[in-house]
Amino acid sequence: MMLSRKLSFYLQLLFTLLVCAFLIVPVVLSALAGVTANFFVGLESGLTLSWLAQVIDLYTDTIYLSLLIAFACLVITLIIGVPAAYALARMGGRSARIIEETIVLPVAVPGLAIALALILSYGGFREFRSSWLFILVGHVLYTLPFMIRSVLAVLSSIDFKTLEEGAASLGAGFWYRLKTVVLPNVRPGILAGSLMVVTLSIGEFNLTWMLHTPITKTLPVGLADSYASMRLEVASAYTLIFFIMIVPLLIAMQMLSASNKAKTTKHSVTKNIGS
Amino acid sequence: MNSNTSVQVINCGKTFEDGTQALQPINLEIKGGETLVLLGPSGCGKTTLLRIIAGLETLDAGGQVLFNGEDVSHLPVEKRNIGMVFQSYALFPNMTVRDNIGYGLKVRRQSLADRQTRIQEMLAMMHIENLAERQISQLSGGQRQRVALARAIAVRPKVLLLDEPLTALDALLRERLRVEIDTLLRSLGITAIYVTHDQSEAMALADRIVVMSNGRIAQQGTPREIYQQPSNSFVADFIGTANKINGRMTDQGFEVEGVVLPKSILNVVGGNSTSANPIQTQAIFRPEDTEIVSQDQAHFNGQVASTFFMGDRTRLLVDGISESPIIVETTFKQEISIGTEISIRIKDQGLMLLPDELIEDLPKEIVEKTEQ
Ligand SMILES: Nc1ncnc2c1ncn2[C@@H]1O[C@H](COP(=O)(O)OP(=O)(O)OP(=O)(O)O)[C@@H](O)[C@H]1O
Ligand SMILES: [Mg+2]
Repeated sequence: MMLSRKLSFYLQLLFTLLVCAFLIVPVVLSALAGVTANFFVGLESGLTLSWLAQVIDLYTDTIYLSLLIAFACLVITLIIGVPAAYALARMGGRSARIIEETIVLPVAVPGLAIALALILSYGGFREFRSSWLFILVGHVLYTLPFMIRSVLAVLSSIDFKTLEEGAASLGAGFWYRLKTVVLPNVRPGILAGSLMVVTLSIGEFNLTWMLHTPITKTLPVGLADSYASMRLEVASAYTLIFFIMIVPLLIAMQMLSASNKAKTTKHSVTKNIGS
Repeated sequence: MNSNTSVQVINCGKTFEDGTQALQPINLEIKGGETLVLLGPSGCGKTTLLRIIAGLETLDAGGQVLFNGEDVSHLPVEKRNIGMVFQSYALFPNMTVRDNIGYGLKVRRQSLADRQTRIQEMLAMMHIENLAERQISQLSGGQRQRVALARAIAVRPKVLLLDEPLTALDALLRERLRVEIDTLLRSLGITAIYVTHDQSEAMALADRIVVMSNGRIAQQGTPREIYQQPSNSFVADFIGTANKINGRMTDQGFEVEGVVLPKSILNVVGGNSTSANPIQTQAIFRPEDTEIVSQDQAHFNGQVASTFFMGDRTRLLVDGISESPIIVETTFKQEISIGTEISIRIKDQGLMLLPDELIEDLPKEIVEKTEQ
């Protein structure tokens, strides 16, 4: 009995490790390819940073544009999303749910369809069509639901109406309450939403590929470009840069959600201890 | 300190958007420095009335709330200078205990030094000096309650409003905090309105109790008046335990199914209870106002249906007197077996007549009892 249980544990471990390896090996290979002098010769050809340098030389624009769009997208989703989530939470009831579903719709629709719809509606404005703002609109549409959802989730987990009433009973007006009570308490949601928005915006390809012009290329679009037209090593080096940008964001997101969970469990534990 | 703000509630009704009429138009006056307790079963509109006084709920047209004779109906809660203690405490989880208590002072732009002094004063008053730097999530229920009180009192409010502040706590702690709140309210001399559905809490704290039922005031009076002179059977039932009997008032006394109970057992505290009234009426008596006697002295005879030993006394349910069993209490030490024939006498002044005009509109719902 004991033995077989042990055996099954090791089998499970082995399986898990195999799956991990299956997922990670291509990533490692690709990363290695980006710093290998000649991929077809192999590692014997030596390691080099020249591919990375070449990528930076060729594609710096796309990196900057991606960062610019991600940042602008973040600012806009914060300005629209946080008040929207607050208003939805205050409203409550059926109408709020319907509005929420409508806002979330772009997530369910393929990016290509959104892009097409945007081009059909606003593509005629040439100046707008050829500027990076056009891509930005697409990104905002796509990421806004994530910001609203994550702020809304926090708002519905704390009893913010009563908290606000508490603040009001102590004399605080609307803006003061917002600043001192509501915003600080939804900060975890805002933070999580922000990381999500930035990550999604930087990584977005579908929609962006449809919306981009030769002078407005983001990082993933450039990546596709380099896969199509460059040496494998350059493309790999490019991937490596992409990873270096996106992985810290992913880790931060993971840590944030872990610390939020820890906080809520601690909270419920202390609640149960008598005075 | 603004310790003597009176509150007047004039014609205050509340109908929610969904059509629920939570409050019939109510009139109420709270004297400066008085502790008024709103008491009633769940859903009777206590919280709604409290929130109207606080300014957290809008009023139906025609209603008015006055503080010291001044109409505050149009003022939002933040302008009314009240202190409020919520059932869920509503402490700010993003601040320490100190910052929670100091919040209202900061809103009022007091200087740092003044704030610190006042916070220290409040911490000392509530015996929580050692918790000042804690986060709210690190506090127990009782400690949170103290912080909530301190925070509400710190701003020297005109009126202190408390919505079931002790309900979330265990019985022992509730008792202890109740005594503390009582002492506190008396020493501050602040006008306080306290909502509870616990009658013993109401009795202990109140200068005056307002018993509510279905969005209406069923009776108001001192705890003694409410208990000894309930004006209808709802109040009699809700406060303590009451046995009800139907009979009619005659010149000889109160006649119940052929038996005439002498006038000496009638409670004459209230003015209208002795008014000879030859119509059918209802009377109540409390279990502790009965005694078990020999048959020749008895008012009623019945059989013991069940017994509950309560330590200092035994509670008996007695069949055969009225449709529902009569509840009797005795300090008799021996065990009384079920089925025993016993004779019961109502002690002098133990029988209370209910004024007839209120009998027809008594709420029929079953009331949750908070004390057995
Ligand atoms: N926002 C609301 N919308 C509609 N109806 C409401 C609302 N708030 C309260 N009510 C209704 O008004 C009535 C009175 O509610 P209230 O909260 O004042 O009762 P309560 O006496 O405080 O009860 P409890 O002891 O359970 O707290 C109830 O029937 C309740 O369902
Ligand atoms: Mg209530």
